[in-house]
Order: sequence, then structure tokens, then C-alpha cells
Amino acid sequence: MPMSERNNQGFVRIINGPIVTIDLPGIRSGEQVKIGELGLVGEVISLNGREATVQTYESTDGVRPGEPAEGLGWPLSVELGPGLLGGIFDGIQRPLEKIALQSGDYIRRGLALPGLDRERQWAFEPNPELEPGKPIGPGSVLGSVQETETILHKILVPPGLEGELTELAPAGDYEIEATIGHLRDRQGHSHRLKLFHRWPVRKPRPYRRRDDGISPLITGQRVIDSFFPQLKGGKGAVPGPFGAGKTVVQQQIARWSNADIVIYVGCGERGNELVDVLESFPQLEDPYTGRKLMEKTLLVANTSNMPVVAREASIYVGLTMAEYYRDMGYDVVMLADSTSRWAEALREVSGRLGQMPVEEGYPAYLSSRLAAVYERAGRVETYDAGPGSVTLIGAVSPPGGDFSEPVTSHTKDIIETFWALSKELADARHYPSIDWVTSFSAHVHAAAEWWHKEVDRRWEARRTQSLALLARDAELSRIVNLVGPEALSDAQRWQLEGAALIKEGVLQQSALDEVDTFCSPQKQFALLDLALSIYDKGMTLIELGVPVSHLQDLPQLAKARRCKSMYNSDQVASITALTRETEDAFEAIRLEYAKQHSDD
Amino acid sequence: MSIKEYRTASEVRGGLILVRDTPGVAFGDRVRISDGRGGTRDGQVIRASNEEVMILVFEGTDDLDLEAVWVRFLDEPVEIALSPEILGRELNGLGEPRDGRPPILSHIRRAVGGAAINPAARSYPREFIQTGISTIDGLNSLVRGQKLPIFSGSGLPHNRLAAQIVRQAKLKDEDSSFSIVFAAMGVSYADAKFFRDEFASSGVLRNVVMFVNLADDPPVERLTLPRTALTVAEYLAYDLDRHVLVVMTDMTYYAEALREVATAKGDVPARKGYPGYLYSDLAEIYERCGRIHERHGSITMMPVVSMPSDDITHPIPDLTGYITEGQIVLSRELHNQGIYPPVHISPSLSRLMKDGIGKDDTREDHPKVAAQLYALYARALETRNLASIIGADELSERDRRYLKFADDFDQRFVGQGEAEDRSIEATLNLAWELISAFPRDSLTRLSETELAKYYQGND
Repeated sequence: MPMSERNNQGFVRIINGPIVTIDLPGIRSGEQVKIGELGLVGEVISLNGREATVQTYESTDGVRPGEPAEGLGWPLSVELGPGLLGGIFDGIQRPLEKIALQSGDYIRRGLALPGLDRERQWAFEPNPELEPGKPIGPGSVLGSVQETETILHKILVPPGLEGELTELAPAGDYEIEATIGHLRDRQGHSHRLKLFHRWPVRKPRPYRRRDDGISPLITGQRVIDSFFPQLKGGKGAVPGPFGAGKTVVQQQIARWSNADIVIYVGCGERGNELVDVLESFPQLEDPYTGRKLMEKTLLVANTSNMPVVAREASIYVGLTMAEYYRDMGYDVVMLADSTSRWAEALREVSGRLGQMPVEEGYPAYLSSRLAAVYERAGRVETYDAGPGSVTLIGAVSPPGGDFSEPVTSHTKDIIETFWALSKELADARHYPSIDWVTSFSAHVHAAAEWWHKEVDRRWEARRTQSLALLARDAELSRIVNLVGPEALSDAQRWQLEGAALIKEGVLQQSALDEVDTFCSPQKQFALLDLALSIYDKGMTLIELGVPVSHLQDLPQLAKARRCKSMYNSDQVASITALTRETEDAFEAIRLEYAKQHSDD
Repeated sequence: MSIKEYRTASEVRGGLILVRDTPGVAFGDRVRISDGRGGTRDGQVIRASNEEVMILVFEGTDDLDLEAVWVRFLDEPVEIALSPEILGRELNGLGEPRDGRPPILSHIRRAVGGAAINPAARSYPREFIQTGISTIDGLNSLVRGQKLPIFSGSGLPHNRLAAQIVRQAKLKDEDSSFSIVFAAMGVSYADAKFFRDEFASSGVLRNVVMFVNLADDPPVERLTLPRTALTVAEYLAYDLDRHVLVVMTDMTYYAEALREVATAKGDVPARKGYPGYLYSDLAEIYERCGRIHERHGSITMMPVVSMPSDDITHPIPDLTGYITEGQIVLSRELHNQGIYPPVHISPSLSRLMKDGIGKDDTREDHPKVAAQLYALYARALETRNLASIIGADELSERDRRYLKFADDFDQRFVGQGEAEDRSIEATLNLAWELISAFPRDSLTRLSETELAKYYQGND
């Protein structure tokens, strides 16, 4: 039934918090609805005879039974076109900076603002390979505009349209509503093409085919890149109790990763932390391009006090924008902080609908929804812009830090990289508090190829050696806690020393340390190699009989611990020089020791 | 719309009344209930349809007679009248006087529910507040616009600590003090009196608005009390340009009242019987604090959360910790050793500390001194653990140094007098005194320059 012939006017029956029951026969599941005199927008989540249940994105205070309800004819959609980057949007893609201009410090209800600026002019450059008469299809690149200094925004034919290009606008300045081309489909209908199009957020955007990830997402964080690497197009989770540093890990990835586009979704989190991103990103420099970070970043913000239903939508809104930039051939990283709040929003709505809860009040469809969200990540071959990827990294906030709770355990089944944050490490101010025992990455072999080619052939061996040493350390520490350090042999005590060197000199990395907040892969390997060289050389000496106390107080050990903050990523040579210097020092000890023994 | 009055109450349970056949009543509106014996109660619509309305009764539903009840829909949201006269007053959860003085009259009335601050209108909190308490100022610094709860347990001195912070809190190099909004939910008469006397004796009473709901007052009123209190805080901060410190005690009783009502409503329980929306509900309260662009005033918040059975993973402290910007955790072990304030630094945290301290705010060595103290204390606690198993005599000389540090730290750095107001310089100098018990080379968190300037050890 075409929209125009359908009755789209109904009325409000029951108001139960954000869940409103309306009387409106003929409305579709998923359709957007405008509620009451305030014009609050919501979404149909279930139908029952004449009645529809609507979840509203804003508070329903003051709404009365009998007020009008109007079906809008389309599902929750976002606008995709130039002008997204650098922006901050709420959970249903309303621009928060414009809202602030219109409604002041607090968000007034019933504001309907489009996501994209209608006034701004963009310099459009048509695709030189296209001319009228050529066949075009979904994802075909019609041309481009320079969205920011570094990001060339490709104008794509919306998925679903296919046919013959009948007209393409010449280069020039256009508003996003302007028509820049015409397409005639097989039925002979003509369609206008604009600088932007709409896309329903709950439907993944199509692509030509799915590809395997091949190169790691470099984040500049040693415990991630060197120990539990993530591939571009991968999916990962950062679970941790409060105070373990989830947000800092996410923000560090947003700041320093080598993705082309960063989408940060603050989903049910703290207002002040989003402001931190908002205030600091325009000042910070992208280490890869030297431009301001904000030029490749966009934020979706639904802070914990903003309406819960829009929180559920915010993840999809973020993902759809991520897929859109992927379709232009970019590597996008999307950070969702936190997926637990998203799951709780599901739970809240399901509870209000009286659905049967399964685990801890969560509905039975929690695991399938979670899986569907994470599956939207991936590296793909786009229709017309080469390969592109979406990497999705979700923070998880398990209640009481219990990783066996439903959201964490279902997430763990789906993702490929698991960076488990530990309360114990955080309490000892070992940051990032990513626990090397419980974390994992399914990408080590794929990442190894890249490391061996780009950095050093010994990468995988060094990584394995350090994890083994850390595991040994955990075992020995248990013994020490039972009977004291005196029970250990010299070799065992040196193993503890080696593990400590890796923990302090390599794994710990302060986000606040100006020198060390970003660490290039070259510096990462140099530090790892330094710590392990000291350990290896020391172990040879101990096997020769040199007492461990002789080695523990060597000044080189303290230096190796401090090295990360002394040299930045451009001074890797100084670190390798230190490695040689310590090797010489150890060699001197060996010679001296051998001489003493030959004297005896 | 005219004011409607109904005698069609059909059901009463656990703080709720259901009224039938009430067309056009707005969700969230205020309701007045007459009990038929001359008494009235206040309520709010929490579910609305033409056939039936559900009302939350703030004074509770004890002793109501369905036949005699009259319900009047006032056609307005739950609001509070605001004027500068409100300072120095003691009110209940609905903003009505508890001090025997006349009600506040003003044409400024605001709905207590509040609205969400636009994140784009916020500005990042970064002004260091000196509380005079070493464990807070030195290691978990508070900044203006932050929400930093005190996690405590029954019998621990959280009230004394909160009172000391109220007395001492000030910006560095500034005398201007805070206006205080004090919200007491479900506290004992003695605790309420302690704060009242405390405010009177320190002479800040003129600068305080007290909202009080005692342990034997109706629990449902606790649901609106923090919202009313925060509406007043917002008025003081953004209309009157004041810096406001909101002390809320005890959020656990608030959450318990929420659970009571949720159970009566038949909401699906999530953890320990608390409703699934406990997180969003607490966030609506906590997130009202902060700083806003181009507004002079600010709201800083210190809620007190008593952890049931000292369990930090209990839903109330757990969800609070996920919303607030850190937490100050009190320890029963330290308290039993007679150490005041018994702040356990390991689980304590301030997330906004990083931008409020350092060269231009406190002192250039502050960030790294804090990191070094934390690292030393973590190792010292491990050593203390070890000593309790194998005995202190078995420890190496290096380990014995850590053991002594743990004791010195607890006694001298954590422990301080209830009237002792330490400046941040005093706190940092004390930190260096303790740090200097270790050899220079083992202090890897500090830079060479800082060591050269402040290290007092002899090697």
C-alpha cells in the first residue's frame, strides 16, 4: 500500500515511561512515529491488532492519553553525506551543537533537527570516468568533495538504485540537497541523485564481498599491538570493572590508531568524559597525518542521563555511519563505550513490555542481537571504492567485575580480540590494566606476517617468549606468597626479575606520559627486545654461577624500566644502543667472573 | 484543562494507588490525595491511560481507605519554588518546610525531574579543590564539577569525613567557599542532627540548604528528594552563580526505596531484586552535576554510598562506580586500627584528577608522586601479606623497608586529625619524606629532574 493512501493518524492510549501504546491500524513494525503535541519521536516495536507499542527516544512526561500519534512512513534512518566528520550527534543523529544553539544548555524535547547542515556548500568534483549513458549501480562513485583537509568524501549511489546515468552535474559548489545527477532505472523511472542519502540504521549496508583482514590496526599501545593485536576489520571487546580503565583504553585507540576514520559512540556513559574528547580532540594531532584529530573523528553521544531508548539506537546509528565511510574505501574504527549500557537498554524496554526474562532479567534475544551488531564489523571489497573495513571495539561493563555475566560471556563468544581489564592491576596502578593471562587475540598469526615484514623477523618468537616468562612469573609468585622468596633458586629469581622488567618496561604505558602515550611498532619491538636481551644475557651468567644479587642492582635494569619515557618513537636508535650497552656490561661481568674463577 | 477530581481509586499497594476512568491525565503530573479525614498526600502519575492511572504516593499508602480517598490531578509537573531565601532552610523531599518556618514563595518554579545537559554545552572540570585531606588531595584529587562518592560501610566515619570536607573544601589560593546542598535520605535522627550541628558550629548554616527524610519518614519520598535537592543546586549554580557542593547521604537507602516501589509496580527484577533501570535512574541523579560553558557556577557532588556487607560489587556501589568519576573507599581494617580518615587508597580513584593537577594547578611533581606512592603502596601491601605468612623476620632487607613504609604511610599519610587541614604542599612534602626511604634507583615512576629537586634520601 503506498504511504499516501494509508491512514497515518492515530492517538495515544497508554503511557508507561518511554513505552507508549498507540491506536493506529496499518502502521508497520519498525516505523517512526510522532507522539503527542510535543512531537516526540519513537519507533514501533510490536503490533497487536489495532494497537502498536512504541518506544520513544525522549521523556514522555506530560503526554496524555488521547493525544495524536502520527506514522511517519519510514524506519529510523540516518543522513549520510559530507559534514558528518568533526560533528557530535545524539543517539538518533541530531546534531548536539545545533541543539545547544536552539535550546540552550539542556536538551529540550521534540526538536527535529536533521543530521546534516542544509546550508553549507561543498565543492563537488565529478568522477572523470563517468559520463551520461554509463551504467551505474549501488555504491558507484559519482564524484567527491573534500570533507576535511585529509578526508576525500566520495559521493556514492545509494544501495538499491541501479541503471543508467542520464546526467551528472559539473564541478562546482552545491548544498547537500542539490541534485548532482540523474539515474534512469530499468523500468524507465528517473531518480535524482544528491550529495547525501538516507539509510535505515538497523539494516547493514551491502558490499561486493567479504574479505579476511590482513594488516593490524596499530594503536600505539604496546600490550595491544605487541601482545594481543587487532586486525583492521576485526571485532574486539574491552571488559572491565569500573575504575579499571576501559574508557582510557578506548580513548587511546581513538587517539592513536592508524584508522582513516574514528567513530566514538558514548553509549550510556559519563558526560564529562565525552567533553574530554570534545575538548581535547580538536587540539590533538593525528600522528599519521599531522592534522587535527577531530578532522577524522565523529562522535555519537548518549550520556547515561539521556533517554534510554535512544541509547539502544545509538550503536546502530554509529555503525551505519561507519559502514558508509567503509563504502568509500576507508578503514574505520568504531568504539562503543559501553555495549553493556546498550544491552541494559534492551533489558529495560523488554522489561516494560513484560517479556519473559532469561538471565539476570535480560531478554532471550540478547545473544542474537549482540552477535548481529558485532557481525557488522569486517573488511570488505566495496562496490566501487576498493577494500574498506569497519573495526568494532566494544567496552563491556560487567556488574561487579564478574566476567561470567550474560553480556560479557555472550560477547566473548562472538569477538576475536579480548582485552580483559583487571581490577588488581588497576589497583596497583599498572595501566593499561589489560591482563595478559585472560586476554586473547585470534589474530596473532595474521599480525605476525605484518610485523615480520615491517618491523623485525623475531617478533612472534619474542612475543611468545615474554608470555611464557609472564606465565612462569605467575607460578613462581604463588610459591613466594606461600614460603617466601628465599625458597627460590637464583635462576627462578632471575625469572621474576625478567617478568618484572617486561611488566614495567614494556606492558605498563601511561596515557598521561607525553613521550610514551603513543609508541610506534619499531619502538615497541625495541623495548621488548631490550627487556628480553637483559633477561637472556643475565640467565647465561646465572647458569655460569654468577649470583643473582650481583645482577639485580645493575643500573641498566633501572634504565631499561625508564627507557620508554626517555626516548620517543623517533629515537629508537637510542633504545637499540642501550640494548648493546647492556649486552657489553653483561659481557664484562662474565669476563670478570671467568677471570676470578680461573684465578681460584 | 480544568483540575479533575476523582473518587474512583480501585487498588492500593506498596506506595501506589490505581484510579479508574480518568481521561486525559498527563504522565508525570502531580496529584493531591485527600484521605477523607482531612489529611492530604502528594503523588505523581507513573502510568497513564484513559481507563486507569497509576499514582506513586510520596507519603506512602499506609492507612488509606479506598472508599474515602479523593484524588485530584493538579495538571502540573512536580515542581519546587525557588528564591535566594531558600539558603539556610530545612525542607523535605517535596520542598516543603521542615523547620517550622513558612513555605518558600516565588514565581520561579521548576520541575524537579530536570532535563539532560547537552554534552556539547558542558565544559570539562579541571579546577583543583583542596579538601585538606592527603589521601584525597594527593592521590585522588577532586575538581570542581566532579561527582566523587564515598563508598563506606555501617559504622565507618563517612559522615565525619563528609563534614570535614564540607568545612575545608576550597579552591587553592582562593577563599570563596561553597554553597552546600545537603540531601539526607533515610538517615537516622542522630546523623541528621550531627550534620545540622556541624553546619551551625562551623558557621556555614546560612549557606546550606538541607533536605531531610529520616529513617522513619515515608520511603517513597526518598525517590523525589535528590531530584528536588538537585533542582535547588542547579538554581544556585546557574541562576545565582554559586559554586555548589552537593552532599547526598545515603544513596543506598534511595536505591532501596526504588526497589520497594519497583516491586510493587511488578517491574522485572535484574540483580538482587533491583529493577533493570537502576543504572539509568541513578545516572539521572548523578549526571546533573558538572560545569557548563560560560556559566560561572558549578555543581560538585559527594554522594555517600554505604556498601551492604562492605561488598563493593553490590549493585548500588557497583552501578554508582560506573557513573561517577571515581570513588573514595573507606576501609574497616584501617578504621579498626584507629586510623582516621580510613581511606583505602588501592580501590579509590579520581578519574578527573589528571587535568586538575600538575604544574599550573598544584605542583609539577604531583602526577608522578601520586603514581610512585601508589606503586610503592601496592608492593608494600604484598609484602605485608607475605610477612603475615612467613613472619617479618624472614623478609629480606629490601622487603622490610616496604613493610615499614606501609606502616608509616597508614599512620602518617592516611591518618590525620579531624581538624587537620593540610595544604597540598604539605601533602606533597609528606609524600616525598615517605618516598625518600627508598633508594633512588628503585623510584622508576619519578623523573630524574623531580628526584634531583625533591628527593631527600642519602643515596
